[in-house]
Amino acid sequence: MSSNAITIRGVQMEEKPWVDTLHEWVTTVDHKRLGVLYIGYALLFLVVAGIEAIVIRIQLMYPHNDFVSPQVFNRMFTMHGTTMVFFVGMPILFGFANYLVPLMVGARDMAFPRLNAFSFWLSALGGFLLYFSLVGANGLYGAGNAPDVGWWAYAPLTARAFSPGHSSDYWTLSLLVSGFGSIGTAINIVATVLCMRCPGMKLSRMPLLVWLNLVMSGMVLITITPLSASQIMLLVDRYLGGHFFDAQAGGSAVLWMHFFWIFGHPEVYVLIIPCFAFMSEIIPVFSRKPIFGYPVMVAATVCIGFVSMSVWAHHMFTVGMNSYANSFFTITTMAVGVPTGIKIFNWLGTMWGGKIQFKTPMIFCIGFLFQFLIAGLTGIMLAAAPFDWQLSLSYFVVAHFHYTLVGGVLFALFAAFYYWYPKITGKMLNETLGKWHFWLFLIGFHLTFDLMHIPGLLGMPRRIYTYEPGRGWDTLNLLITLGAFIQAIGTLLFVANLIISYFKGAKAGNDPWDAWTLEWSTSSPPPAYNFASIPVVASRRPLWDLKHPEDPDSRYE
Amino acid sequence: MQVGQPNKPFVRGPLLILVSVIWQVSWAVGATSPPLSPTNIFAPASTPANSIAHLSIFVLAITAIIFVVVFTLLVYSIIKFRGNSADAGREPAQVYGSTQIELAWTIIPILIVVVLFLATARVIHAVQDAPEPPMALEVTAVGHQYWWEFRYPKLGIVTANELHIPVSDPANPTPTFLNLLSADTDHSFWIPELAGKTDLVPNHPNRMWMDPHHTGVFLGQCAQYCGVQHAKMLLRVSVDSPEDFAAWVRSQQQPAVEDASVAAGRQVFESTACINCHAVAGTNANGRFGPDLTHLMSRATIASGAAPNTPEKLRLWIQDPNKIKPGSLMPAMQLSDADLDAVVSYMETLR
Repeated sequence: MSSNAITIRGVQMEEKPWVDTLHEWVTTVDHKRLGVLYIGYALLFLVVAGIEAIVIRIQLMYPHNDFVSPQVFNRMFTMHGTTMVFFVGMPILFGFANYLVPLMVGARDMAFPRLNAFSFWLSALGGFLLYFSLVGANGLYGAGNAPDVGWWAYAPLTARAFSPGHSSDYWTLSLLVSGFGSIGTAINIVATVLCMRCPGMKLSRMPLLVWLNLVMSGMVLITITPLSASQIMLLVDRYLGGHFFDAQAGGSAVLWMHFFWIFGHPEVYVLIIPCFAFMSEIIPVFSRKPIFGYPVMVAATVCIGFVSMSVWAHHMFTVGMNSYANSFFTITTMAVGVPTGIKIFNWLGTMWGGKIQFKTPMIFCIGFLFQFLIAGLTGIMLAAAPFDWQLSLSYFVVAHFHYTLVGGVLFALFAAFYYWYPKITGKMLNETLGKWHFWLFLIGFHLTFDLMHIPGLLGMPRRIYTYEPGRGWDTLNLLITLGAFIQAIGTLLFVANLIISYFKGAKAGNDPWDAWTLEWSTSSPPPAYNFASIPVVASRRPLWDLKHPEDPDSRYE
Repeated sequence: MQVGQPNKPFVRGPLLILVSVIWQVSWAVGATSPPLSPTNIFAPASTPANSIAHLSIFVLAITAIIFVVVFTLLVYSIIKFRGNSADAGREPAQVYGSTQIELAWTIIPILIVVVLFLATARVIHAVQDAPEPPMALEVTAVGHQYWWEFRYPKLGIVTANELHIPVSDPANPTPTFLNLLSADTDHSFWIPELAGKTDLVPNHPNRMWMDPHHTGVFLGQCAQYCGVQHAKMLLRVSVDSPEDFAAWVRSQQQPAVEDASVAAGRQVFESTACINCHAVAGTNANGRFGPDLTHLMSRATIASGAAPNTPEKLRLWIQDPNKIKPGSLMPAMQLSDADLDAVVSYMETLR
């Protein structure tokens, strides 16, 4: 299975002019390059949306602060939310899926390389449309406008009466276009997993990362559809005289909520399941044990996929549903906690009895486990409808989902970066900088998001550009902002590490972590064709079998 | 694996956290003096808020126990099973799973979910399906960008931003039932110490109720993002003793005070665009787009709580609302200084 890059005398690449390199990247259909494009594009937006978060936090440092106007503040939280979900979270996870899934199933590319490129460029256009609203929404004379309806864009705030100009149109088109890109990528991942696996790789032998991305893609196919439908309905309302969401003309504001959240809730699982996938690859390697309870992990994921389709209206407990509907969505939401809990226990079971190596990828995973545990438990609190009548729309909810998306998704992504960066670039990320990044970010994260629960319990609603003194919120908000700055410094260290290590990092070699899945069997970075000869596998850990011929996994499966 | 390493410091960690969590919760729960915050969900003053707070403590307690157990296991495994460089070459025993253990950590969470659900469903039913007693006060609350309209249909009262309701004696309850409507976008009515929030959705009437157990002023604000000035759509509920409430009702039912000394101001008010949006009972001002001004001076704040109701703030508000509440839908009235003073004097008589 040794498949180093083939080097042929006389055919070595020569220095190319940069235009040629650029042309290659723009026209590429290689899953690895598209993966890197997705990741780079998402990192760019991560910085932009991070700056938006900092603006929000500076404004909320003191009561009655006037750092920005209410109009600008409302644009900031709308753009921050929309960007983070659609142009950071989804593309960065699609990027890793694009890069890793073909390598892990022993394929040479995705099933549909051209569709892959098309999907990426659609997503890129979506992000461009969203930010073009800064100049396009009101024309140049109104430059600086941007969507300001919140990332859920509840009707009828998006009706033309309440949202004149074109900012809401840019928002709608941006989500519509990037949604089509997401559907394309999801189809591609499903087809790749089902059709492109190397000989011997039965479904029951796929790495968990592949399984989880398969489930994620299935969920994308189901949930992006209502989102796209509702965007089209909104455009019909705004331009063709429709009344789907126009409450003044008999339309229903609640209909939009259902459409949005039947997408919006599974969406958070679309974001977190690939992060579960990172956990399920990284924790075993650094615990030096196989994943505990592989079939249960697969079953739990599929179960989460199904159950999460039936929980959306827990975002609507305050909208005035009857007591039966509220009870139904309480039990389904709490039920998701069971398979999610099983996952945490299985990661714990993987570490139990192992020999844990505290390399940077692993410490980020450990941070993830603690934080995701807390995020899950605050989720249970929010699932109890009456408790939610108090907590919903307050800073407690903001703290809860940032615990999931920063403490969970972002920590998992950092772990994935430290783990797979050597494969993608051929260079190791600096461990010392990595540890500094981890501790700074951890301290900043907990300062911000642990404390953020409390103003919610003390009655502070979300999405307010300023607040009254004397409600017990002042000191907390100041500390929350301080934490945001510490996180920003941690993130800068990370970006610095990515750049410095690219030029000065230690050589990674094929398999720096002594890992077990197929991507580590090829060179770093892998050649365009991935594997010189298509690998053949006999177990879930092909490289373990190779390294331990006396005790291969294939003997037990 | 070196086992000699003392475990004690690591046991102390989670214990400390448990203690601090309990301390924080009791700190938040204990309605000690001085109150932590006038909008604390753990200082309930009515039946719905009270049953929610009790359920919340129950859910917090169960999740705290889960947290402590899993946290301890995680910390223990990280300490106990950390690798050391001495035997770096040897791999630990390769364990693939265990059906018994998987069953255990599937069934126990299911049981916990069942318990939590039953406790929750009970409170959902108790709050949402509570019958309306005949003594209940009916109020219609209408959300506007960015203020609250309150109508008492049986009492013939229309007011804004400051709701007055009677205290409810548990032996002889006089709860208030609110009909929630919206004139434009979504809003949400939230007084944390009296009840959970309920949204005001256009074309989707909602209901909620509260029965305050003691008198006082309770604060809150719009909780559902409704546009530019969502932040300054504040809310005050004055819970009055039965006598005070009856007196308030009588005064609100009076037509507007007619004071000849401010006829000039009234003349300006009634001949400008003010009356397109505002109403003063008994005059030709009958606009409904903005708050009813018949008894403006009976309110402690203006602009939905954005400023205290003082002559200076009122003058500034009429002169340029953007100075107090940028993005407010009230236009600057472009009055001369003399007219401005006259209108403010007129407003000052609307008791």
